[in-house]
Parts: sequence; C-alpha cells; structure tokens
Amino acid sequence: MTNVLELHGITKRFPGVLANDKIDIALREGKILALLGENGAGKSTLMNILYGLYKPDEGRIVVRGQEVDFRGPNDAIARGIGMVHQHFMLVPVMTVTENVMLGVEPTKNRFFLDKDKVAARIREISDQYGLEVDPDAYIKDLPVGIQQRVEIIKVLYRSADILILDEPTAVLTPQEVESLFKIIRSLIERGKSLIFITHKLKEVMKIADDITVLRLGRVVGSTTPQEASLDKLASMMVGREVNLVVTKKPANPQEVVMEVRNLYVRDERQNLTVKGVTFDVRKGEVLGIAGVQGNGQTELVYALTGLLPIDSGVIRLLGETIHRATPRNILERGVAHIPEDRQRHGLILSFPVHDNLVLCTYYQSPFAKGVSLQQNTIFGNAEALVKQFDIRTPSIFVNVGGLSGGNQQKVIVAREFSRPIQLLIASQPTRGLDVGSIEYIHNQIIKKRDEGTGILLVSSELDEILALSDRIAVMYKGGIMDILDAKKVDKEYLGLLMAGVHPSEPVKVDESAAPERVF
Amino acid sequence: MTEKKKSKSKSSEGIGGGSLGEALRVPALAVLTGLIIGAIAIVASGSNVFEAYSALFIGAFGDPVRFFSGFQQLFTTGETAGLLRAIYPFTESLVTATPYIFAGLSVALGFRCGLFNIGAEGQFFIGALCSAFVGYSIVGLPAYIHLPLALLAGAAGGALWGIVPGYLKARFGAHEVVNTIMMNWIAFRLSDWLLNGPMKASGFRPVTPNIEHTAELPRFFPDPLRLNWGFILALIVAYVLYWFLFKTTLGFEIRSVGANPDAARYAGMNIIRNFVLVMALAGGLAGLAGASQVLGVDHWVGQGFSAGYGFDAIALALLGKSHPFGVVLAALLFGFLRSGATRMQSMAGVPIDIISIIQGLVIIFIAAPAIIRWLYRLKSVKVEETVLTRGWGK
Repeated sequence: MTNVLELHGITKRFPGVLANDKIDIALREGKILALLGENGAGKSTLMNILYGLYKPDEGRIVVRGQEVDFRGPNDAIARGIGMVHQHFMLVPVMTVTENVMLGVEPTKNRFFLDKDKVAARIREISDQYGLEVDPDAYIKDLPVGIQQRVEIIKVLYRSADILILDEPTAVLTPQEVESLFKIIRSLIERGKSLIFITHKLKEVMKIADDITVLRLGRVVGSTTPQEASLDKLASMMVGREVNLVVTKKPANPQEVVMEVRNLYVRDERQNLTVKGVTFDVRKGEVLGIAGVQGNGQTELVYALTGLLPIDSGVIRLLGETIHRATPRNILERGVAHIPEDRQRHGLILSFPVHDNLVLCTYYQSPFAKGVSLQQNTIFGNAEALVKQFDIRTPSIFVNVGGLSGGNQQKVIVAREFSRPIQLLIASQPTRGLDVGSIEYIHNQIIKKRDEGTGILLVSSELDEILALSDRIAVMYKGGIMDILDAKKVDKEYLGLLMAGVHPSEPVKVDESAAPERVF
Repeated sequence: MTEKKKSKSKSSEGIGGGSLGEALRVPALAVLTGLIIGAIAIVASGSNVFEAYSALFIGAFGDPVRFFSGFQQLFTTGETAGLLRAIYPFTESLVTATPYIFAGLSVALGFRCGLFNIGAEGQFFIGALCSAFVGYSIVGLPAYIHLPLALLAGAAGGALWGIVPGYLKARFGAHEVVNTIMMNWIAFRLSDWLLNGPMKASGFRPVTPNIEHTAELPRFFPDPLRLNWGFILALIVAYVLYWFLFKTTLGFEIRSVGANPDAARYAGMNIIRNFVLVMALAGGLAGLAGASQVLGVDHWVGQGFSAGYGFDAIALALLGKSHPFGVVLAALLFGFLRSGATRMQSMAGVPIDIISIIQGLVIIFIAAPAIIRWLYRLKSVKVEETVLTRGWGK
C-alpha cells in the first residue's frame, strides 16, 4: 500500500528548545495514523509544519511521492491537506454556509456571493459522509459536536483528502465521540487518509490503524493497536512505568462541609447558567461533577468561591450561609480553589514562584507583619513547598510563566494545600497536563480526602471523574441530572446523562466494571 | 545567602530581567542612539554638532573650567561666588528634574496597577493651585506648620482629581484614560477662571499672589540658585514608593491587580478598592509635583504654568519601566536635557526643539527595545510583558 504522506527527518528548533528532532512519520493511504504524545511532545509543532505554518529547519515533506515546500497553509490546502483545529475557527454569528465559504467566497456576477452554490455543496458533502449538518443554521445555535462537523466540512469543501484532526475529542461527550468515530470511518471508506492527534490512549486503541508515539520532540516508537496495550502506550508516552489506576481506600464521609440548595447563578452576560442546583459535600469524600464543558460548571464554581454573585438559593459552608461573602472571606473560612483556567485565575505569570505561593496568604502572619512583607519567610515557605510538592523550577525566583503547565499547576496545588482547608474545589485540575503530573495531582487530591477534607471535583474528563469520585453528580444545561454512587455507575449511563438524556429505566448496575482508569 | 536573595529578588521588581547593568543597557543605548540621530538633525539644520553638544553638556552639568577656577577661588580667597556660579547649571538641572520625578512616579504607580493615568497634567495644576492658595492666603503661621500644610494641600488637590476617575472606573467601569483626559480639561478651565477671578493677584496678569515665605521650600544656596528641599523630598518619596510597592502587602496587591486582575480577585483582593487607592495616590504624587514647583521654585502660579510636565511624565514612567528608581533616573535625564537645551539654544543657535526630537527618539527606542537590540546586535532576552493598561470598560 502506498504512503500518501511521509515526513523524513523533520527538525525544528525554537530558541532554547528542540521542538522536533529528526521526526519520521508515514501515513498510509486510506488509513488512520494516531499521533500520540503528551503536551510538549512536539505534536502541534509537527502539525504546524505539515500545514505550512512553520518551516522546518531540516527534513523533507513528501506528499504522494512528490517532495513539497510549503510556504503557508494555502500550499498545504492545494496539496489536499486539511486541518481541523482543536479550537474551532468559526464565527458564531454566521451561518454554516458563511463559515464554510470564508476565505474562498465564490461569486456570481463578480460582486455577489453565491451562497446557494455553497449550501448545495455542503448538503452534498453532508449526505455523502452522514454529517447531518444544516447549511442555514447559525454556528452559535449548534452543539459543539456539530460545530466540529462544520470544521470537517470546511476541510472537505476545500477538497482535502489528507485530514489532520487535532485533539478532536477534547470537547465532546462520550456519545459525540462515538458519532465522530463513525464519521471518521465513513471518511476512510471513501478513500480519505487521516492523522489523529491525541493524548487519550483508549481512543487510539479504538480507532487507529497505525500509532506513532512522540516524546520530547522525538519519535519513540511506532506500533499498531493489535501489538500495543494501554500500559505499554502509556509508558512509551511518559518514558517510565505509569500507574494508570488511582488506588484509593473506600471513602469515610463525615459531616457536611458545603450545602448547596436550589442555587441559581447568572454568568457575566446575565444569562441564567446555573438553574436550581442542590447537593452536599461531606468531609472525607470526593463529589465529582461530571458534564460536558459549558453546562454551568464554571459559573457554579465561581458562585461557590465568591467570584460571581448568586441569583437565588442557599450556599452554606460549615453551617453558615455565604451568600454575600467575598472571595477572601470564603478563602479564610477554609475553602481552597484550584481554578479551571490556571493562567487566568490561578497564577500571576509575571510574578516569581515565591510570590505566587503566597498569593492568597501574603497578608497573614507569618508572611506579613502589619503592612510589611516578611520576605525571608516568603522565600523559606517557597523553598519548602518546592521541595515538598516536587515543583521543577530552576529557582523560586523564576517567574511562574516560565514553568511548564504541569509545574504551574503544582504551584497552585502547593499553595492551596499548604494552608488549613476544610473544602477543596478543584476545577479541571489536570486539564492539559502530562500523565506524570496527572498521576501526582490525583494522588494529592485523594490524600487530602483521606485527611478529612471535603472535595468538590469538577471535570469534563469522564475518566477523571470515575477515577476519583465517591459520588458523581452530572450537570446538564445548568441543572443536575442525577447524583449517583460512583461504585454503582457505568460509563454508558453517565454519558447519556451528560447528553441530557434521562433514561426512564432504572439505573443499570454494572458490578463487573473494569478498574477505573485515568485516560 | 541573604545577599544572593536580595540581588535576585530585584528581578521580581520588573526593572527588566537579570542584573542592574542589563536593565540599564537598553535605556543607555537608547539615549546614545537618540543623541546620534539628534546630531544628524543638528547637522541638517546647519549647525555645528560639537558646539551644540558641548553647550548641551555645559548647560546640563556646568563648565569644567569654571569648576576649576571656582575651587581655586574658594581655596585662595575663601570666596564661594565662583563655585556657586559653576554649579548653577547642574543645580538648575536638578530643579527641572524635581517635578518630573513626582509626576513620573504618579504615572508609574498607575501603570503598576494597570491604570493609565493621563491626568497627571490636570492633577499637577490642581496641586499647584491648592498649595499656592494655602501658601498665600494663610498668614502668620510658623514655617514648620505652614509648609507641610501647603504641601499637603497640593497632594490632596491632586488626589481629589485622581479619585474621581478612579471611582468612576471602579463603580461604573468607565475607562480611566477618557476620564483623566476630561479631568485635565476641567482642571485647565477651572484654573483659567481661578487665575482670572478668585485667586488673581492685583494687577493685569492672571497670576496668583506670591506665597508667604513660611510656605516656601527652603533653598540650599543663595539666589539665583533655586535648588531646594523639593528635590530631596522627591528622592525620599521615590524611595517610600519603592518600599510601598515592593515591601508591603498593599504594594503586593497593587502589583497583583496590575499584573493579573482575575488572579488578584481569585486571591481575594479587592480590585475596586485598589483602583481608587492607586488613582488617589497617583493624583497625590502629581499634585506634589505641582506643589514642589510652586513652593520651591516659582512661588506663584500663572496660566500655562505646567508646561506639559504631566504628559512628559508618561514618557518618564515608560523610560523608567514603572520602577521608582528608574523614574528618578529618567527624570534626571530629562532634567539635564531640558536644562542643557536652553544653553544649547543660546550658545550654539540650535533650536530647543532638537531636544524634543531626542526625547521622542529615546522614548520610541525604549518602547520598542527590539530596535536597539537589533542595532547593537544584543542577545535577545525573553521580553517581559509590561501591561500598561487594560481594555476599555473592564
């Protein structure tokens, strides 16, 4: 079988970083090549080279036996390469047709856009691959899964036959992932070839024909799903043995730390995004809030931490209502918060590590006497925490912005865990982190639970929820669909709840469920 | 160990990356390049560069020959007149630098909190008027009460002019750039009215009466040397501001709010309170700039009194990377250039506007350090992102 695409010895250097080091990959015609690697493994750089956004320092790109030199994405598109980005490049207030034609607007009579022609072509593509996209729908009205299909249509409309999908499942529900896989298969059936970039092992095993694993800018190996196993892929990806299962003792729930009753919250644009949420978090347990991103979890967490005012309802922390409490007030009552967006809320990137480690406590003894900061105490605190939490930094005086994502997150974890807390609200605590850091942070969270801290875990990664939670609440469109015992739940059922389907039949109990895995 | 920590902790103050020398390298080269290009402009205008720049130097620092003869006179006859004449240009430079220091600190403090205080000019004016009013209207107070009172009035007037846009931003999200500009116009027109009406001294000119001697900032030397305690006060205030910003919890909050308001809010800091506090303090500093000029140098206020100090202050804050010590150095530079330019004009016939060109070039090079790095093939260090102001209405 012929290779439609080959990369030979691709090397790309950035100041101080060797992003790609003599990378060879080959995509067979009509096959799916999974490119597996952690963040920072060089996947994105490689794809940007392939899409003509970067120029490689060394190496050759061969498309259908012909060596090419891409000067920009247009060259790549002309060669039939199309990219579906992780973050969609769509204009929300435009229709599907308008988005698809952006950049290649066909006209009639030279001045007028020929939307009908484009819409017809979209219908054609949509029927051909079973995409079920209405060309006249507005992007903002479409669910994320359909928006992704619009991205795929954009690529197909430009007659690509080599498709690159960058982390396509990151934003999808389990059901949406299934239908994406169906679409991918129908693309393959019609002769397209596909590169699937991901760090999710299970997906790779399920969909790929060939697997190439990248680590630290190098190809560490190529294999196939038949030859590989999850554990083998994980250790290839990380470079050491990884414990994929979070080992934890049964929870020992005690008194209620946080009580939420019928809570309504509006987001910054005054849309009601949390609608009548009720739950309890007890000391010594992990309550996981599952759900596809954008179903009110963010606003719920903001309300609980004082960052957004509540519309109505009750929040009680250790028996006291905290409706009008400021973020500081809530902090001082023993609530720790690992924020969803660590760079926006969790850290001041231009401040050194030592200042970020006292971001919430800088005004308290022993870090301050009166208004005067006690710098030696702050430095000492930082040295100790860097050691204790294994934060990899050249020194405590380095700006946090210079650390890797995993180490930035460790700075937040170290800061939040190092003060006396009753409740930990962890929002997407491992998003975008490498397997090693995920393992570490999961173990820290379970350790806190066992020390008797109440944990509210919000995550859109179902595997993370399943691995850590003792009880699971599923959020959909601002409400809680159900709260389930984590031991008696299966993924299928959770997936349905996440999609807003409330099966009328009783909960399917699957006692023989496989050990909970992190990926 | 402590020594090492101390030197390292400097980097967190954001003068730039690494050592002091590295921090000063780009500004120094920017000044040099400004002077070189300025030389081209001087040649183009048909003058002698050497003559012009030596006049600039003598105007800024004094004539070395005069220093020499001044010392000689002092040792032989005990007369100080010659030496005083020799140091006159240097002291004048420091006098010019004084309001620059205060006003530069005002804008720098705003930048540290993510606020763009374009209102230093108006705050300067109001500060000057308030201190002048206290200075001439109250008679019979001892100096140790009258002078502090006059200074305080200047700071309070400026602070009031700063609080208004600060509050409007905090309460209604109105952008401080718009509101400080508006406050400038209110200050200008208000002063027109005050100088032509309630505060007008007898006579034709729209000026205030002279302040009482008890409200004057004492001068170090006999006339015509005007160097006064205002300069020392400016240095002290710069040091206090440095301590406030980098060694206190309040300063930590201000810098946090400036660097990342979302994270500051997450950490429990009160953004709104910091906005109001910083605009008040920034206004107060600009007010002190006006007060120091009135109480130390002019002793009265007239129309067009400010001469753009408040606007130059923006350049000073940029040049000094919003660090109090950097601002002091930048203000001294501007003081020397401005004061030297006067002599350059009279001695070498080079228009004073050349200095504006040089200043403008220096600011461009500081704002776009890539030019300097490219010109001098400096190794590019990781550029530290300096956030000056936030988006509109946030």
